[in-house]
This record gives sequence, C-alpha cells and structure tokens, in this order.
Amino acid sequence: MCGIIGLMAKKKELRQSLGELIIPMFDCMAERGSDSAGLAIFGTALEPPLRRFSLFTDRPAYDWNSLARSLETDLGCRAEITTRDNHAEVVAGIEDDSLREWLKQRGKGVRVLAVGHSIELFKDVGRPDEVARRYGFSALSGTHCVGHTRMATESQVSPAHAHPFTAGEDFCLVHNGSLSNPYSLRRLLEEENLEFETDNDSEAACRFLQWRMRKGDTIEQALGAALDKIDGFYTFLIGTANQMVLIRDPFACKPAVVAETDQYVAISSEFRSLAHLPGVAEANIFEPLPEQIYVWQVAA
Amino acid sequence: MKTVRLDLSELSVRELNDYLHHRLASENVREVEILHPNGMHNIAVGLDYPIELHVRGNAGYFTAGMNQQAAVTVYGNVGWSVAENIMSGSVRIKGNASECTAASGHGGLVVIEGDSSSRCGISMKGCDIVVAGSVGHMSGFMAQAGNLLICGDAGAHLGDSLYEAKIYVGGKIHSLGADAREEAMTAADHATVAALLKRAEVDISSKEFKRVASARTLYHWNLEAHQEY
Repeated sequence: MCGIIGLMAKKKELRQSLGELIIPMFDCMAERGSDSAGLAIFGTALEPPLRRFSLFTDRPAYDWNSLARSLETDLGCRAEITTRDNHAEVVAGIEDDSLREWLKQRGKGVRVLAVGHSIELFKDVGRPDEVARRYGFSALSGTHCVGHTRMATESQVSPAHAHPFTAGEDFCLVHNGSLSNPYSLRRLLEEENLEFETDNDSEAACRFLQWRMRKGDTIEQALGAALDKIDGFYTFLIGTANQMVLIRDPFACKPAVVAETDQYVAISSEFRSLAHLPGVAEANIFEPLPEQIYVWQVAA
Repeated sequence: MKTVRLDLSELSVRELNDYLHHRLASENVREVEILHPNGMHNIAVGLDYPIELHVRGNAGYFTAGMNQQAAVTVYGNVGWSVAENIMSGSVRIKGNASECTAASGHGGLVVIEGDSSSRCGISMKGCDIVVAGSVGHMSGFMAQAGNLLICGDAGAHLGDSLYEAKIYVGGKIHSLGADAREEAMTAADHATVAALLKRAEVDISSKEFKRVASARTLYHWNLEAHQEY
C-alpha cells in the first residue's frame, strides 16, 4: 500500500498556496505509507540554458557551497544554490549530462533527483509528515505537484527508492501498486543503453514511459504502450512541465479519487485526504476508470 | 426513545463505533445522526441494533460493514467495500459507491442510488443489492446467492464464475464473464425485480430487465476444456 497525491492550480491565485494545500493531503496519506515520502513541484520555467537540478546527499553536514563554487570554477558557469536538510537545488546554465559527469568526479555521495526547467523534487526516508516539515513543503508554490507516501513492498527503504522517480527532464512518476514484470522492462531498456539508479519496479515504469516519449510518443501513446507492456497493479500519476496525467491498471486494483473545481484538480488515493480542500463539497468528485488516460493541462 | 447526534470532528471513529456497539440499548436510542464523516473509514461498522443511522456527507472504506438490523443511510459517496459482509438490515447510499459494494453480503438490502464501481456484489452470499445507476467491471464475481439488480449498465466480465446468485440488468452489458449467461426472464424473475425495486424505493418501473445466471459449466472440473473458459 502507498499513497499518491496530486494538485494542479487552475487559477493563478492558488499557485502561491499549493504547498499549504497539499500538507493535509500528505499527512492523511501517511496512513497508507509511512516509511518514506516525496514531492515534485513544477513552477515557472527557467529560460534556457538555465536548468534546475535537485540534488541529494545523506552525508552529514555536507558542504554544498563549496560544491557549487567548484562547479562554477570547473564548468565555467554561474551556479546558484539553495539548500535544505539533505537536499540542494542548483540553478545553472549547463546540460544534464555535464553535471552528472562532473558529479562522478567531484561530487561523491551526491545524487541527482531531478533535472529540468520547471521541476523541483524532494524525497527522503522518514514519516511523510516529518519529511514534509523538514523540507518545508508548506512554503512551496507552483502550478502543480505530484507526491507519494511509500510503504515498501518490493525493494528496500532508502532515499533513492522513495518516489517520485524521474527520467529525462521535467518528468516524474509516482506509483501505488506493484509490477510483475519490471525485470523484463529493465532488460528491454538496458538494451537501449538506459541506466537505472535502483532495483525498484516503479523506476522501470518511469524510465519506460520517458524512453517512449523521447522516441516521439505523446504521453497518451506512451501510456498506451505501457498498457500493453507493463504487467501488474498500478495507479500511476505522472507530472510533466505542463501536465498531470493519471492511469489505473485494467483491473483497477489500486484506488484513486479525483476532485475537480474551477479552482483546482486534486487527486488522491482516498477521498479523506481531499476532504479539507476549499470548495470540495461542490467539487466534481469521480473515480477514474481503469485503462483510461486522464490528462490535465496547466492553464496558460 | 431518543435521537443522538455524533460529530466526527470531535470524536474518533473508534469512539463513535464504541458508542454504537455498547450504548444504544441502555440509552434507548432509536436514531443516530453522524456529522462530518469527511471520508473516514470504518464508520458504523459492526452495528447490531435496530436503529436508523444517518451519515451526513461522504464516507470512506467499509462503511456500515457487517451490518445487522440497522437501517443506515449515507447522504454522499462512499469508498471501497460499503456494507461488506452485511447480515441484515439495510444500507442506502444517496451518492456513488466505489469498489466491492456489499462484498460477501449474507443478508439485508443494499441500495446505491448513484453508480457502484467495479466488483459490486463480489462473492455475495444472500444479500440483495439494488444499484439505480451503473456498475463497473467484474461485478457479481463468484456471487453465490442473493440478487444483484442493476438499473443502468454493467461493465466488463459481469458475473464471472457465478454460482447461484441472480443478476438483473436494465441497461447494456459490456460483456459477460466466464460461465455467466443471459437467460429468459420468467414470471418469477419479473416478480423478484418488481419487489426489489419497491423495497429499494427505486422508481424505474418502465424498464425491461435482462436476467444473467450461471451456466454451471464450471461447477465440475472439465479435463477437455484445456483451461479455456
């Protein structure tokens, strides 16, 4: 059992309070998964070539500032860094591959959680309410966010195994369920020279979808392929720079509820975590159908 | 005889259920109103007393599970497994119900005024279920006894591996499950449908219903079927 949550602000005014609104959703879904938690939040896109890099280390008292200064010297770019607990966000005008290569040499123990123009991602082990407080989720703002509370069933509890998983840029996935063929997916993708960070089944699904999209699929086409290739139980919630996308397996083994008003689209594993939302009494509340692809687009 | 109002913004579900299990008779309660359910799970599980219970809002999983004697009404939607294992009495949902409505229900009546999603009436063992709207896939799966009456449409694999429960459908059937077949409505079936609609206070008397029952080909192992059903 795990909990998934998603919230998209339809009105600009709501973007400021996105983090605040998600806290009770998160706290409530801690009851479905309490070993680790994570949140990806999408904000205003940075102008290229600038990118956001969400970085993580579990080394105590890590000297992030010194890492940023070496990065500037070695790669000849400006790097702005904001740190919080085990996490740092670096904004710099460099390619994803250049940073990863550089980290291999100079940033031992530092992992990239997410890359893109809009995405910022936090994830760690611990009770979800505690993770939310440690990383200041309540103060976050953005157009939409995707979160997860994990109860590990098929691979270990570690910060890397927490959701959301990412692949490519501005793309993340959270998963409630368990897949029965993650290793055949991995073999398929490894033949395409894709690398994995964990042995987690959800990571395989995330990389599969993003690989299809990199090959030219739309998210709908990628999910259509997933219905064919991915076997198991799942409710997937996916975040991209301007979309929130939901799909449930053909048996609808794992739950999901959507509440939509003219202000927001809110998604959760269970209604009770949406019950506090303003205007929820008048919301259009529905249970997503199995195999249906639901796409919500960020308003311009 | 008195009416009691219990507010779930002040009480925990455990405290509420403890009250419903132990205090109704001694306090001579005949009617209970539950406020602010906010989608919480296990509300009014294990009732065994002839009261009227009103839940004012959306409730979560296992609402009114294992009900005996009580008449429960939810003025909203409910989550998975409402009236699971109902033994007697009635449970009425004014909104929609999620998956596994009245799973394993032995007796009593369950009425969903909206839609009920997948696996409605799974493994039912003698209760009656009336859904005014439609049901999702695999409804009536392995249903053993009782009646499942669906006024709207039924999703894929209706009545898969059905035993002796009867299913009546007023709308379209997406597909039938293994060993389920459509049969001609008899006079007794018409009478059952009319009686169920009356008991459920659902008014759609003009509709024609289809009867779905077990073809009983799965009752015994068939070596020649080669696992193809």
